[in-house]
Parts: sequence; structure tokens; C-alpha cells
Amino acid sequence: MDPIINLILFTCLGIAMLLLSVFAVSAKSLLRSAVYLLLVLICTAGLYLFLNYHFLAAVQLSVYAGGVLILFIFAIFLTNSKDTLMEKHRLQKYAYGALAFIGGVAVTAFALMKHKFLYATDAGVEGDTEIDMKMIGETLMGTEKYQYLLPFEVLSILLLAAIIGGILIARKR
Amino acid sequence: MFHFNVVTDWIDEFLHTYLLDGWALFIEFVLIGLILLTAYAVLALILIYVERKICAFFQCRLGPTRVGPLGLFQSVADMIKILLKELIKINKVDPLLFRLAAFLVIIASICTFGAIPFDKGLHVIDFNIGVFYLLAISSLGVVGILLAGWSSNNKYTMIGAMRSGAQLISYELSCGLSLMTIIMLSGTMQLSVIVEQQDYAWNIFRGGIPAVIAFVIYLIAGHAETNRGPFDLPEAESELTAGYHTEYSGIQFGFFYLAEYLNMFIIAAIATTLFLGGWMPLHVPGWESFNEVMNYIPPVLWFFGKTFFCVFLALWVRWTMPRLRIDQLLNLEWKILMPLSLLNIIFMALWIIYW
Repeated sequence: MDPIINLILFTCLGIAMLLLSVFAVSAKSLLRSAVYLLLVLICTAGLYLFLNYHFLAAVQLSVYAGGVLILFIFAIFLTNSKDTLMEKHRLQKYAYGALAFIGGVAVTAFALMKHKFLYATDAGVEGDTEIDMKMIGETLMGTEKYQYLLPFEVLSILLLAAIIGGILIARKR
Repeated sequence: MFHFNVVTDWIDEFLHTYLLDGWALFIEFVLIGLILLTAYAVLALILIYVERKICAFFQCRLGPTRVGPLGLFQSVADMIKILLKELIKINKVDPLLFRLAAFLVIIASICTFGAIPFDKGLHVIDFNIGVFYLLAISSLGVVGILLAGWSSNNKYTMIGAMRSGAQLISYELSCGLSLMTIIMLSGTMQLSVIVEQQDYAWNIFRGGIPAVIAFVIYLIAGHAETNRGPFDLPEAESELTAGYHTEYSGIQFGFFYLAEYLNMFIIAAIATTLFLGGWMPLHVPGWESFNEVMNYIPPVLWFFGKTFFCVFLALWVRWTMPRLRIDQLLNLEWKILMPLSLLNIIFMALWIIYW
């Protein structure tokens, strides 16, 4: 793709993500924050699409937008009454927030400066090839070196344990 | 066989000879967007007319007859009416979420609509992960429905939204699992490749018994996904007035209405693509002259013929079955359909290995 179009798209996505993330933490009602968070996550999926990584974009949409966010919304429905608004923060908390913000920016900037980007120096390397779905599947399900069957299974057992725990806590006696 | 890629390739070349690459691409994007939106609206009009007629025949009535021959322009008149209606402002609602909800529902529906292969060359996005993309993007609609119910500030809409959320989330499971059965058979998720593979035998014939079971499960679960038919308790009129879209008026209600009809079409189109061969004509190995005759029918007609057959099945179920209760609905999914589709996946694996 044209580098200028690339830049325009990236800037739009970036600005949208920044604005929406600020809205997500500063919105007055909890449900609005959840919706802004949803939009941020959709923009992140857009970034993955931008990198030609379609699989991760679809995972982002189906896991976060289709799963986690709906859980959030259900939780808000079940616990909050309509009229509860967020309480006002005190000045001290704003100060801590600003400190955390500056720290985060410093760490990210340090990492960015320190990191050697592969494509920045060598213009010949094309990052445009898409990773085949088959390769991802075989890497997740293989037992050889650099393949991830064991972590995959361990994670699924962890999830299963969490689900059973949830049901046990929530069941009627 | 006449494929639409002749036309689309010609347009592409024509634009590229006269314009810079970037501008040609831009014009193509705009054209595709316009065509998709128009097709979306026109299909909705056709579907509304078809539904009203078929519903009337099931109930021994005539349906719309006054506007135009056979009442053909009835849904056009309805469209003009709904476009002119006032958007009523509701007191004490969150206006942002209230408006956003309708848009989320229709955006999810249009994004899914864009990925359907109508013909070779009439296919907007052909991802490597096509089927997964369809499932992922259509799950955005649930958020819209939940928000609509909550932001309307009304207990009926709230109950409707909760029911709809529970229903959509649970039926998405067996939808996905039955599609996974077919992905196992074809070995790819790219929609164009899946259609090409069904050249000589549609998946429903190639996959034998497990494919037929998956097809039936997909039709039931997909039908439940559209909030219609015996599964329409989110908007059960007798209890909840109209469920989550009670408070909407004018074109905002129209968005929910359009999305409902087009979701029915999308479910039928996905069933056609994955199980009934998409735009592939009916070919029987060995019957050369029969295959030649079938090739004369354009693939677009094959696609729409099969899709409208699936739509007819959905309408048939809708107008003959009584509505389920919420516990029956959830039992059907969690105790019957989901275990069945899990077993069906194992059955399909055995079928692929030993057949």
C-alpha cells in the first residue's frame, strides 16, 4: 500500500484509540465506559487488520467484543442500579494518576528508543505477507520445538477449573 | 458458465487505465460501499414482501394486494413511510447509547453481509479466515441489543434485552460448532475455496450423515440467532410489547427491522455457502450432459435460489410453530443441540478418516 495512505489510516486509528481510551476512564456512567472500551477494542482489531494479521483481528473481535465486553455489560446490568454515577475523585487521586501516566509514558518511550526496528533500516523487507491459518493451527497443536500444545492444554484446564469454581460458588444450596 | 468476475475485472481495468492506483482504489471502495448498501436495502424490501405473502398464505389470507400489481410495491411504500416518521425523543434516556445501539446492530449485520460470496468476483472481502470473521463480526450485534434494552429506560425492553442476550450467546455456540464440522471436512476457512471445493458434490452430500446433522443444527441455531419464529421471546408481543426495540421510532426502529430481516438472509446465505455449494451449480459426477445443462443457469441465480429456499424453510418454521418458553429455549440449546454438535464433530472426524 501507499505509504501516505498507510500513515493517514494509522493516524486516524491512533487518534480514535487515544480519545476513546480517555473517554473510557473519564465517562460518568459505568455502561458508557464499557461502550467506549468496546470501541477501543474494535480500533485495536483495526490495527491488527492494518498489519494484515486477520486472524488476530477476528480473535480480538470475537473474544473481546463478543465475549468479555458482554460479560462486563451483564455484570453492570446485574449489580448497578440505573442512577448510580461514579463518585467524584479527590485531588490526591488526580496527582497519583498523573504520576502513573508520566511513568507509563517514560517506560514506553524508553522501550521505543531502545528497540531496533527490523523494517526501519532495511526498506527491502516486506511486512505484507499474511500468515497462513494452517501454520497457526499447527503451531498451536504441535508437540515439537516452538510449538504450543502443552501451554494450550494447561490454559484450557485453568479455564475449566475457573468455570467449575464459578458454578460451585453461584449454585443454589 | 457466466461469472461476474468478467464484469468486475473490466471495471477494475477501466479505472486503472484512466486513474492513478490510489484514486482507482478509492473509487472502487466507494462503488463497493454504495452497491453493498443498495443491495442490503433492496434485499430487505424483497424479504419483507416475501415474508408477508408467505405468512398470508400460511394463514389462508391474500397478504398485501393493493399497492401495485400483487401488492409488489407495498414494502416500498412502507419504506417511504418509515423514512418520513419522526424520531421521538424519550425522556431520561442516555441519548448516546440509545442512538449507538441501533447503529451497532446494523453495522454488525452489514459487515457480515459484505463477506458473503455471491459469485466468483462478487465477493467483497475474502479473508483466509472467512468463516471465523463471519462469526466474530456478527457477535457485535448482541452488544447493540443489550444497549438498546438498557438505554431505553423501560422494564419491558430490559427484560427483552436480557432474554435476547442469553439466547444469542448460547445459540452462537452450536452455530459455531456446526460450522466447525464443515471446516473439518473442507480443511479451510476461506469462503471462496470452500465454494470451489464443492464443484462435484456439495458439502451436504460429500459429508454424508454428519454433514446433514450439522446442517439441521445450523438451521435451528441460526434461526434462533435471528430472534424470530418459535424463538422470538425477546419480543414476545403478549408479554413484552416489542422487546428491546419498544421505545425506538422512525428509521432507528427501521434499523432493527432491517437487521432482523437481513440476518435471516445472512444465515440462509451462510448455510448455502457452507452446506449447499454456494454459487456452484448442481453437478453429478459422470452425468456430463446434465452438468452442461446445469452450467447454463448463471451462478448468481443458483446462489439466490438456494438462499431463498433456506429463507423459505425459516419462514415455514416461523409461521407454523408456537413460541417456546425461556426455560425450554435454553434447555434445547444446552442439553440437546450443544452436546449433539460436539458428538457430531467426533462423528465427522471418524467419517473423514474411515470413509
